[in-house]
Amino acid sequence: MAELNSKIPKGPLTSKWTHYKDHQNLVNPSNKRKLDIIIVGTGLAGSAAAASLGEMGFNVKIFCYQDSPRRAHSIAAQGGINAAKNYPNDGDSIYRLFYDTIKGGDYRAREANVYRLAEVSNNIIDQCVAQGVPFAREYGGSLENRSFGGAQVSRTFFARGQTGQQLLLGAYGALSRQIKLGTVKLYERHEMMDVVIVDGKARGIIARDLITGKLERHFGHAVVVATGGYGNVFYLSTNAMGSNTSAIWQIFKKGAWFANPCFTQIHPTCIPVHGDYQSKLTLMSESLRNDGRIWVPKRKEDAEAHRHGKLKANDIAEENRDYFLERRYPAFGNLVPRDVASRAAKERCDAGYGVGSTGLAVFLDFRESIGRLGKNVIEERYGNLFQMYEKIVDENPYENPMMIYPAVHYTMGGTWVDYELQTSVTGLFAAGEANFSDHGANRLGASALMQGLADGYFVLPYTIQNYLAGEIRVARMSTDKAEFAEAEKAVQSRLEKLIAVKGSRSVDHFHKELGKIMWEYVGMARNEAGLKKAIELIKKLRAEFWKDVKIPGDMNALNVELEKANRVADFLELGELLAYDALNRNESCGGHFREEYQTEEGECKRNDDDYKYVAAWEYVSEGEFRLHKEELAYEEIEVKQRIYK
Amino acid sequence: MKLTLKIWRQKDAKSIGKFVTYSLDNISPNCSFLEMLDILNEELIGKNEEPVVFDHDCREGICGMCSLYINGRPHGPDDAVTACQLHMRKFRDGDTIVIEPWRAKPFPVIKDLMVDRTAFDKIIQEGGYISVNTGGAAEANNILVGKENSELAMDAAACIGCGACVAACKNASAMLFVSAKISQFALLPQGQIEAKQRVKRMVKKMDELGFGNCTNTYACEAECPKLISRSNIARMNREFMCAKVI
Repeated sequence: MAELNSKIPKGPLTSKWTHYKDHQNLVNPSNKRKLDIIIVGTGLAGSAAAASLGEMGFNVKIFCYQDSPRRAHSIAAQGGINAAKNYPNDGDSIYRLFYDTIKGGDYRAREANVYRLAEVSNNIIDQCVAQGVPFAREYGGSLENRSFGGAQVSRTFFARGQTGQQLLLGAYGALSRQIKLGTVKLYERHEMMDVVIVDGKARGIIARDLITGKLERHFGHAVVVATGGYGNVFYLSTNAMGSNTSAIWQIFKKGAWFANPCFTQIHPTCIPVHGDYQSKLTLMSESLRNDGRIWVPKRKEDAEAHRHGKLKANDIAEENRDYFLERRYPAFGNLVPRDVASRAAKERCDAGYGVGSTGLAVFLDFRESIGRLGKNVIEERYGNLFQMYEKIVDENPYENPMMIYPAVHYTMGGTWVDYELQTSVTGLFAAGEANFSDHGANRLGASALMQGLADGYFVLPYTIQNYLAGEIRVARMSTDKAEFAEAEKAVQSRLEKLIAVKGSRSVDHFHKELGKIMWEYVGMARNEAGLKKAIELIKKLRAEFWKDVKIPGDMNALNVELEKANRVADFLELGELLAYDALNRNESCGGHFREEYQTEEGECKRNDDDYKYVAAWEYVSEGEFRLHKEELAYEEIEVKQRIYK
Repeated sequence: MKLTLKIWRQKDAKSIGKFVTYSLDNISPNCSFLEMLDILNEELIGKNEEPVVFDHDCREGICGMCSLYINGRPHGPDDAVTACQLHMRKFRDGDTIVIEPWRAKPFPVIKDLMVDRTAFDKIIQEGGYISVNTGGAAEANNILVGKENSELAMDAAACIGCGACVAACKNASAMLFVSAKISQFALLPQGQIEAKQRVKRMVKKMDELGFGNCTNTYACEAECPKLISRSNIARMNREFMCAKVI
């Protein structure tokens, strides 16, 4: 059985990565051609890794379920990407970015990984500019920065409200170049169904061609999973409809441990829920908190009147407004980290001050900044976001304050990886949001793009080579091997089993039910009784699913319901693990808030004596998981209470 | 709202398709267009019929996956939105809505409303990038870009690759899509070195794949969900002429 070895290089923090690179094993060019790498997922991490490894001379196969690599959900990231360039001369440094990220993650991330992330952040900006990513610029032609939650410096680079799109298109361009050159082969509309393990090492995958329904076997000397997060376990989230946990769940069942599943991020600024037919939630970028002020009415009767449509936001006088973030956190104000802002909004709504027809919304108001800067400046900064809001809500946010409420957005937890991004299965790697490594218990804004590209461009291409250097004598294997045949057979029988249920309720019915359980008991605030109840309810729902799900059509053709069913089957197992992990962690930290563990002011109460560890779960059997602890050692940073007041 | 839907149903790429009529009741005006289709599909599944297949993913107007031709317009009756951002309040109670896939030869139908747009990827593979390897980039602020050009480059780069421009064009021309990428790089110093090769190769590929030519009706610009300007086509033509002549 694998052991928990994070393989952090020795030596001082600031030189660990340099030392690693100086001493790692390399593969010579003629051997690179003989080595195959499978990458699953074409978001920032997957595309960047595929392009970089292709450039280096490896043979890469890359897979995505969408019709094109450019559709991956990294495309939807709005606000920006952090880097420690210190262009605004406001005192930023690699150390500060490192420190803010560790603190933002509530002291539950690995120091060495985060320091490396901060170190390569500047290379990312250089790389993207060289690719022609149209970042925002000052009049003199240099790059412009803005501030983001959890930091007191302006270190966020952005391309309007479409930063993720522009960075992904940069990586997609680099990937397309390698596809043209023949170093990378693209398999679009393909979904990874399982990993194939030969003699204890990952050696390939079983993929399903979503158009024909055919199962395919693919060999690789190494396999990289870069399939994003598992936020859709909540059904309603800001993730894309197709975002799923299946790849990281299948590798979990084959021995790749799952770390900190309960660290999920609820984003404070999303468009509120409006009906039970709703299929997803839309994010309004955190960057809006630079110029927007968050408030609710001071008087309950005003909130009540607004809920019944009898009072307009603009008619509530200044002195009757409670700018609760500025009140509670004067030092950071509206720019507190996401978990803090989300809980503060929930607290106000639970106390009866929420607005909008459901009472589950707070105002995000631009009146003051429009008055100070002019409408055109606000339009230049956030035009596309304001337009999107108006299309969805049918209200003009230049004139009326936006209404927002927290929603599930990002998952800090994920596949456990060591310093080399290798999972607990040899030869199997995880990159980007799919892994757990850099954000601890809470991710700061504009850090997801940074981590995805850091892993893809600057970390994995080195570390995977260190592994592959030991594989140069392994010839390409035939996929007729028994291990491939067995893996394919297992996938085949699972799909047959799903189709054969022929029950009475749709896949979406079960997904929505799961979402309700997760949001109610495993959402923004959790407690012991609720989590135990959630585990029971999920078990029951899972049993019902396998008895009563209805999937029309057959498996040897395009079948969207079958694709969804396969993903929801995995969410129904993951949900249970998430609740177990939340139950195990008897403390509140970052995105994980246990009602039993809070300070008198309602802030997170961490328990560093007992829980300063990464919870890495091993799959034993369905509904049974074994906990392994990776203790976190802080050598550079003093572990403190996280205060933004 | 009560609606009558006429939807293109086609079993696979080889089969002949046809319109099938469905009726729906109790649709909220705040429902998005794709959520309305979700409701229809739930009903079809309940009746043991195969749900309508359509492409969609992010549902926030940025991934470019949704591709519905609604009442004779790509992405439907609202301006500057993708179908996933279109809401039912743009329709009236009792309306009949006709839903088709993108209609263009280079985008063959896969099933029902789902089409194959890999032709766009193939055009990008010909040069829709700057040839720079990972790791070799210079300090970012060594490359200065004037704000005006940088904003224009961003306007062009905002293209989501949905293919509405091709679907709207009577010639199934991809010129708005191709010119947006060419413009982005033509406006930036980083793009100058490969400019000639880029425009020649991308245009050649576009022609090879069966996309038509531009006859200046600008239906593409009118239907583009991201308001990509036709001036990009002019810029591409200029780049192309220069590349051929000089």
